[in-house]
Amino acid sequence: MEALRLDGNAAAGLLSEVFAAEVTTAVGTCDGCGSAEAVGAIHVYLAAGTVLRCPHCEAVVMKVVTDGERIWMDLRGLRTLELAP
Amino acid sequence: MWPETDRVKTLALDVQDWTGHRAGQHVDVRLTADDGYQAQRSYSIASSAGGPRVELTVERIDDGEVSPYLTEEAHTGDRFELRGPVGGYFVWDPDPGGPVLLVGGGSGIVPLMAMARQRTANHDAVPTSLLYSARSWEDVIYRDELERYGKRGDGLEIVFTLTREQPPGWSGYGRRVDRELLAEVAPADLTLTFVCGPTPFVEAVAETLVGLGHEPSRIKTERFGPTGG
Repeated sequence: MEALRLDGNAAAGLLSEVFAAEVTTAVGTCDGCGSAEAVGAIHVYLAAGTVLRCPHCEAVVMKVVTDGERIWMDLRGLRTLELAP
Repeated sequence: MWPETDRVKTLALDVQDWTGHRAGQHVDVRLTADDGYQAQRSYSIASSAGGPRVELTVERIDDGEVSPYLTEEAHTGDRFELRGPVGGYFVWDPDPGGPVLLVGGGSGIVPLMAMARQRTANHDAVPTSLLYSARSWEDVIYRDELERYGKRGDGLEIVFTLTREQPPGWSGYGRRVDRELLAEVAPADLTLTFVCGPTPFVEAVAETLVGLGHEPSRIKTERFGPTGG
């Protein structure tokens, strides 16, 4: 079954544990296709971890896993993340 | 807490050290069972900013883990963990720069209701159309309040479409949101659109609006899952 597609708003709570600035309005640039989008508009899939995919090319831009105490982030698919603290 | 429909309840929460919120934001609710098992879900805030309490409107998902507790078992005085307010993307801006369209499917109305309430509380004159797709009149959340808003004549237009069952004499729309319906409801010079509902609903509406020539970056979406609540 295809995982349910949500959007960056669904990852906002988790990401707020990491970033001091509001992250859903931060602009992420996909390392795959170079598209820039607000994190709120990026596709999110929730499974054992949280996977964010570029809404244009569906490349993975961010993976976040937490065990409730620590958080692991894989940001390899993100060229830049522009935040407005 | 009070019922909105057969399946939907609103809970008013007193939150310690609440810093205030913006219309459209949500909170994450975390429940912990006696054995330590935790379940967490996101719920949109229904109340406008500035109120003394935070209101959450929750639809009961029968096989869900959190919503049956919140709608059936929670009592006045119960305490649970919240994280938030969360989100800054899907929020009502007091000065959107032009007419706004709000499109809600099912309980996707909740953050849009916060926006409509905020607009009213601020005496905001920005022309706004709220299109609400529900299965039947009995499934319409905030029915009386929305009808009142629609009669105020302050630039907020409320449009219902009932997709499954219409009451006798119903003169409103009675079908799923489609291209023609959106073209009729969208205000002229539409500047900003908020769409919230189940993923297929949100994506169909957003794609149709783009097809009608609206700028994708001016269409803000919030998807939520049909299950798992």
